[in-house]
Amino acid sequence: MTTLAHFQLLASMLFAVGLFGAVTRRNAIVVLLSIEIMFNAANLSLVAFWRYGPHPEQLSGVVFAIFGITIAAAEAAVGLALVIVIYRYYKSIEVDKMRSLKG
Amino acid sequence: MNPATHIPWIASYLWLIPLLPFAAAGVSALLPQRCRKTSAGLAIGVIVVSTLLSFCALAESILHGLEPHAGRTWSAMQTHEVWHSLIEFTWFNYGTTSLKLGFVLDPLTAAMATMVSLVSALIFIYSLGYMSRDKNFTRFFTFLSLFAGAMLGLVVTNNLLLFFICWELVGLASYLLIGFWYHRPSAAAAAKKAFIVTKIGDTGFFAGLLWLYHATGTLQFYTPDHTGALEQVTALAGLPGIMGLSLAGTIALLIFCGAVGKSGQWPLHVWLPDAMEGPTPVSALIHAATMVAAGVFLVARTYPLFQASPQVLTLVAWIGAFTAIMAATIAVAQNDIKRILAYSTVSQLGYMVMGLGVGGMAAAMFHLLMHGFFKALLFLGAGSVIHGCHNEQDIFKMGGVKKHMPITFWTYFVGTLALAGIFPLAGFWSKDEVLTAAFRWGGGLHKGPFVLGCLGVFLTAFYMWRQVCLVFLGEYRGGKARAGHKHVGQEEAETHHETAPGVPHESPAVMTVPLIILAVFSAFMGFSGLPEHANFIHHFLNPEHAPHVVNWFVIGTASALAFAGLGAGHLLYGVKPLAPDEPDPLKAKLGKLRDFLRDKWYCDELYEATVVRFVRIAAVVVDLGDRLLDGVTVGLGLLARGVSFFNFKFDEQAINCGFDGGCGSVRVIGRCFAALQDGRVQSYLRLVAVTAAILAFWFFLK
Repeated sequence: MTTLAHFQLLASMLFAVGLFGAVTRRNAIVVLLSIEIMFNAANLSLVAFWRYGPHPEQLSGVVFAIFGITIAAAEAAVGLALVIVIYRYYKSIEVDKMRSLKG
Repeated sequence: MNPATHIPWIASYLWLIPLLPFAAAGVSALLPQRCRKTSAGLAIGVIVVSTLLSFCALAESILHGLEPHAGRTWSAMQTHEVWHSLIEFTWFNYGTTSLKLGFVLDPLTAAMATMVSLVSALIFIYSLGYMSRDKNFTRFFTFLSLFAGAMLGLVVTNNLLLFFICWELVGLASYLLIGFWYHRPSAAAAAKKAFIVTKIGDTGFFAGLLWLYHATGTLQFYTPDHTGALEQVTALAGLPGIMGLSLAGTIALLIFCGAVGKSGQWPLHVWLPDAMEGPTPVSALIHAATMVAAGVFLVARTYPLFQASPQVLTLVAWIGAFTAIMAATIAVAQNDIKRILAYSTVSQLGYMVMGLGVGGMAAAMFHLLMHGFFKALLFLGAGSVIHGCHNEQDIFKMGGVKKHMPITFWTYFVGTLALAGIFPLAGFWSKDEVLTAAFRWGGGLHKGPFVLGCLGVFLTAFYMWRQVCLVFLGEYRGGKARAGHKHVGQEEAETHHETAPGVPHESPAVMTVPLIILAVFSAFMGFSGLPEHANFIHHFLNPEHAPHVVNWFVIGTASALAFAGLGAGHLLYGVKPLAPDEPDPLKAKLGKLRDFLRDKWYCDELYEATVVRFVRIAAVVVDLGDRLLDGVTVGLGLLARGVSFFNFKFDEQAINCGFDGGCGSVRVIGRCFAALQDGRVQSYLRLVAVTAAILAFWFFLK
């Protein structure tokens, strides 16, 4: 029997993996991929809460997840565009090398 | 034309006479030292223009004198006052009053300006030759122009304040010129002495000036509406002053103090012989045209004040007579050619002051004018002799100069006879005028100045003939004796002519021509003051008084005494010329008295023992007081420093430490937080993750 806790555990693990990747990897594209993983972990968690929630017939969780995926797609596009611009500017996509984000 | 408003054209340009030399002095002060010709040319050109203007003024005032009504104001015609023409201008306003200055053209101004500028011009030309070797030629002519300008300024002014300003400028210029060779300590000391001694008199003058202003509210001598200071004398004579004198008398006495200092009268005569330290043309200028004439001129200008007080006039007469006789006796025993002339000047000034005192203002001014010519002649002649004898000034080391310097000798001879008062040279007429005035002064004790004056005539003739014998007659006593000998009174080596040593030589034409011109004036100017009704000078300067009648007694006595003086001098020095290193025959005749005279009646020593010592003691006392005050001041200063040191420490330690500490820790914390924001996105994300984890733990554990 698969319970809500299993789904949440999976989602947490996915989130942790994504976070770990986003914090440690130096390649900007891999960082973007890790961020997608964290997104999907969040979506999985939402959908699981909907399925095991008090009103599974109202489709609210699914709609929420679909919006999230849409936004994630847009965000991926913007992110990749940023990566291209960054590459043109720094001649590199190593995240360590970008240190201008400070006061 | 309305005679009251008629002003001759020259009066409007009177200011140019002093201003031109002033301007020349200003311009040549800015010239570099090498512009010798420019500076000298400027000075001489300008003084010649001033002379021409003065002659115009003289001609204008003579014309007015000849037609008794033209140009005279109504009241002048009523009271037979001296004609004068005024130019007035306002210097500045203060409050409701204004300070007015002005110029006056009257016979006194015209005659004086003519003499001063003419004699100055000749001395300037002479200086070209005399100073030709001096490297400070440019500076010399700057000072000469300043001197002449200041003197002419005080001659033409119609205001006692402007008079005083020019008077002090004359003092300044004389200081600069006496100390011209300032690297010689004796010259520097003489310059200081001249300045300080005359200042003593000037203090009195200034006090008189202030009092006069306080009493009359104006310092103009004359004003168009007859409210000038000299036109209010009647009112002043009625007011009480000090020491039982009227106010007019008091002010006159104070003003006379200035004249005593400037004109070298006893007891302030001591600076005048020391002024010989300056170059000889300067001595001539001081003794003939400018400095010393200023004092006599001051008394003549403010004469109405003196006339209002017979007591002051008596004092003036006695001081003059005493100075005349004292300086003449000193001159008898001097060896320095310039010093003899200096004491002669003091003596002649005594005559002038005596003339003023006995009421003969015109006679005194006449003597001043004539004296200006022949004393300038004598000084320039002495300069020529000094120049020719290789800067020797001791008359016992001269002799026989007549052979080598004929022009100098003959001009000097004319000057000597003029000074001695021999008929018909200038000195005869003018001295006779003064003595006649003294003779007519009164009986009994009032004959005193006349007797002293007559004695002075004898002495004057004696010392002048002594000088002529020793310098010009006999054999030259210089030469070998002078080799390797340095005389204290020697003139500057810069003026030395490089010729064969030992033989005197005639001076260049630039020096002898002024001598000849002055000799002509000394010989013939006296005729302007012939006694009897033709006495032009008297009419001209002082129409108020009836012309003198010829007093054959005075003329006879004075002439006899003058000839006696010449004779005595010739007996002692002329008959048997002195051999080199032979002592002065006067020593045997007078003994101790000669030493007394040679040492100038010990005046300097007396002042040294009294005034100077008193000043020294006062200086010590004041110095002690100063030191005491200084101690208190220093103590207060230390106290203030202690307090401020404490304040400083408190500030530093207590107040600053708090703020500084606070600021420092803020800076440290800021640096820590700044380290967190290292610009890497991932480190921000890590921070967020860690924070989120901590919050989550905290949330679950609660």
